[in-house]
Amino acid sequence: MRIYLPNSAFLGNIDPFLRNVDFSDTNKLEITANKKWISIHPVVLSMVAALGQNIKPSEIKCERLEAKSKHYLERMGLFKLLNIESDMKIVEHEPAGRFVPLTRITNSSELTKFITEIIPLLHLEPEQADSIKYVVSELVRNVLEHAGSEQGAIVSAQYYWKSNTIRIGIVDTGVGIKKTINNAYPAKTDMEAIRLALTPGITGTTQRIGGTDYNAGAGLFFVKSIAQVNREFFMIYSGNGMYKLLKSKPDQKRIIIRGDPFLDRHSKGENYPFWGGTVVGVDISLTKTKEFSVFLDLVREAYIKTIKERKKEKFRKPRFI
Amino acid sequence: MEIKIADMAGSFAENKDLAREIRLTKIIPALEKNEEVILNFEEIEGATQSFIHALISDIIRKYGSEVLEKISFKNCNDAVKKIINIVVDYMQES
Repeated sequence: MRIYLPNSAFLGNIDPFLRNVDFSDTNKLEITANKKWISIHPVVLSMVAALGQNIKPSEIKCERLEAKSKHYLERMGLFKLLNIESDMKIVEHEPAGRFVPLTRITNSSELTKFITEIIPLLHLEPEQADSIKYVVSELVRNVLEHAGSEQGAIVSAQYYWKSNTIRIGIVDTGVGIKKTINNAYPAKTDMEAIRLALTPGITGTTQRIGGTDYNAGAGLFFVKSIAQVNREFFMIYSGNGMYKLLKSKPDQKRIIIRGDPFLDRHSKGENYPFWGGTVVGVDISLTKTKEFSVFLDLVREAYIKTIKERKKEKFRKPRFI
Repeated sequence: MEIKIADMAGSFAENKDLAREIRLTKIIPALEKNEEVILNFEEIEGATQSFIHALISDIIRKYGSEVLEKISFKNCNDAVKKIINIVVDYMQES
């Protein structure tokens, strides 16, 4: 496999990066990077780290990095998680920083501990922390429950001062969304499966409206909605499909949350290199953060509307002869 | 019976396994004995929909919405109240 870290890859412009990843020869990983500057979303780092989890460290080659910003990779713990040597020494300018280094989470108790630790690491105020904790919990629990990956979830996050946003990447190399959704729904393509997974009330564990006692099928819908209410990006990539919620236009005064993700302002593609597992990237603005309870009002309205529509679809129709 | 959720789940209630355990080992046995149940959310700063779903959805499905006459939600902040409302609403709609 070959992965090239470009000078810029954030959710808004991540498409070329994803298209250029070479997944052939899964026994090796070769990492190259832009010579001048590397500025990447945590989801990109989580992807690289996740790919490396299934490969022997001796088969991972990272070229000698020249970019001025190369220390970011060391600081985020990429080489540590890949278990390979790096010649970089970090000078700790800012002891705590405002980032969550790459972390592998393989069980529920590790997740609970991680959620407690990330808030001080990101220096968040309590009212800013709700959305972040929510997003991390729902996404990582999805991985632990549905991905079937021994490697668990690879998570990282970073605060960006200029945009006043927290950017989060949560990645697994498990079975992928289509296989999970196919346990209950006959989705033919990865994109069809992604669409179902983002629709409230749809879970791969049952076709029953309301879900099982343990799964409601709402986790991804809530996470996408948090990004939407904050007018930020949300990206999900699994198999050959990639769906991206785009930022709402600045002149759009009212945010409307809809059950069908295809009705939102989005971009999507079905011919990306095959990612065995699921990749999720989310941006959360700390400036535009709506109060969490206001967000919940919007979600409630959309959720109930979608459930009613789904229920109506199952109604028996009169037979006119 | 009064169950203090924070004693088991901490201040951010997100662990669905714990929610299921509370439902199976505390709430359902109390309801079976015809006892009223108070779910006390004191010290809970936030909760996920998944947690609340794992805590109460199956009870509403098994016993019907009438069971809500026997369960009270105490000391919930605004966000937790709204999440409980979402789960109760969609379980009654489904």
